[in-house]
Amino acid sequence: MNAAIIIDQVTKDFAVGGDSLRVLHGITASINSGELTYLIGESGSGKTTLISIIAGILYPTSGGVQVFGTDIYKLTDTELVRFRLATIGFIFQQYNLLPTLTAAENAAIPLIAGGMKRADAVDRAKALLDKLNIGNQADKYPRAMSGGQQQRVAIARALVHEPRLVVCDEPTAALDARSGRRVMDLLRDVALAADRAVIIVTHDNRIFDLADRILAMEDGRITSDGAHMPQDHG
Amino acid sequence: MNWVAIRMLTGDRVKFLGLVFGIAFSTLLITQQLTIFVNLLMRGASAVYNVPTANIWVMDPVGRTSDVTLPMPSTALDKVRGVPGVAYAVPMLRSAATVRTPEGKVEGVTVVGLDDATLIGLPSKMIEGSRESLAAPDTVIIDGVGANKLFGKMTGVSGTRLELNDRRAVIAGVVDATPSFTAGVILYTRYSNALNFVPGTRNRLTFVLAQTDAGRAPADVVKAIEARTGLRARTSEDFARDGINFIVENTGIPINFGITVVLGAIVGIAIVGLTFSLFIRDNIKQFGALKAIGVTNGTIRVMVAAQSALVALIGYGIGLFMAAAFISGTSGADAFKGFYMPWQIPVITAGIVIVIIFLTGLIALRPVLKMEPAEVFR
Repeated sequence: MNAAIIIDQVTKDFAVGGDSLRVLHGITASINSGELTYLIGESGSGKTTLISIIAGILYPTSGGVQVFGTDIYKLTDTELVRFRLATIGFIFQQYNLLPTLTAAENAAIPLIAGGMKRADAVDRAKALLDKLNIGNQADKYPRAMSGGQQQRVAIARALVHEPRLVVCDEPTAALDARSGRRVMDLLRDVALAADRAVIIVTHDNRIFDLADRILAMEDGRITSDGAHMPQDHG
Repeated sequence: MNWVAIRMLTGDRVKFLGLVFGIAFSTLLITQQLTIFVNLLMRGASAVYNVPTANIWVMDPVGRTSDVTLPMPSTALDKVRGVPGVAYAVPMLRSAATVRTPEGKVEGVTVVGLDDATLIGLPSKMIEGSRESLAAPDTVIIDGVGANKLFGKMTGVSGTRLELNDRRAVIAGVVDATPSFTAGVILYTRYSNALNFVPGTRNRLTFVLAQTDAGRAPADVVKAIEARTGLRARTSEDFARDGINFIVENTGIPINFGITVVLGAIVGIAIVGLTFSLFIRDNIKQFGALKAIGVTNGTIRVMVAAQSALVALIGYGIGLFMAAAFISGTSGADAFKGFYMPWQIPVITAGIVIVIIFLTGLIALRPVLKMEPAEVFR
């Protein structure tokens, strides 16, 4: 398998009061294409910080990240934003759908942001919503949809522009166990391919068995790397 | 992405209407107050505007406005007539008097004595009666606003007898004149009648109204009149401006209206600023998500600018329409008679609205621009 992401000696410090707090301690890892990779760990372990850096939305204090061969922190700000738009799809814990847009319009946003005509973008989003089995919800507003349906719209928004990397922040946290597993199955079916990668930050031990690889973090370091949940996480 | 921005805004109806209301209210307040202010100021020059047939006003050297002047000897008229470039010159008498109606109502009035032969200085549009009726003895023509003030109506007052400074006066007609700043009653009569109506001193001539020969610049003739007669001469435009400036310099009106206009802008900034900031705050996570997805700060600026422009356009349009409707709807009332909205006022208001929307947009936008996209993961 090819390395989709190479993380090289990444550190991250945050200013807290007058002091500097190091939350990532020289992390080095690689994440492969074609794998569903979980980042797990207790709150404060640094997993959200690490995924933010991998996704190109938080500059590391030192070290570098290559995403499909591009050293993303050597890009200019504008290039990095364009790179994210073209290459990365985001799924957020709270979905962050725009409440005044329909499901299809929400899902079409990355295409519209990329310059596609609105009608074409919405058509393409509707086709993806069909694929995600919520085609009949395409014209509904988020407030009229269940949490599971909203998360599917968020998945459609993350995938509509066919990004090679999808990063997910607690995608099942707000869902019941059954819906959560469905969402994970869906991600595996739709988002994963030989030349694509999916990284999921999660606490949700109900879905640990669905991972291809689990990176466990503790105190800003990767403490475990394997195909199964480490013993001390339950 | 502007379409997304507009949908974000218009979908939140309460805030959208709040923003539109803020701009509309500001526009209404600023436009309406500026219009009243400008028209009130222009009433300071109503005496000049009521005389379109003379382009030079000559007065005693101490004269400042149509109401602040000193009578001249009657020889002043001949002196002005003798100045090269003057086509014709006629006398005008303006003086305060007291009138009593048959019902016993007493009112302070301005008596305006006009050249007996030409009646130059009498406004051209008659509401009732005719100019020629002033030829009859002891007759006066009353202005429309004055008739309304004295009798509660503008027509059907011809033939009414008045007691004008202890003398009998008969109303011969009603003329449509621009009201004065105080909207007082104006009685027009022949110059020879005015001399009888108004008890006076040796000098009775208030103004000489002159018209220049065709092709002569009024400003040049004004200089010539001043040089040859020692009197003060002003072109109509300058004399009108003198009347306006007198009000500006001697009353608190500009400050009061200025305060209202500033308050209108502040209220607009407050309502729009708060509502816009609330709207942005409510959507901060969504904006953060857009930034993470790959929407640049530049695009977000354009999105907020599109939202601001929409609010400004609709709010300004509604506010301007309401102000125009107010001015149009009240123009029949004596207090607002003849009021109109000069084109400069909507332009000034548009400028203020742009400032309001720019400032509030900038304030509301700051947290979005400062927000790190990584915050959506927290």
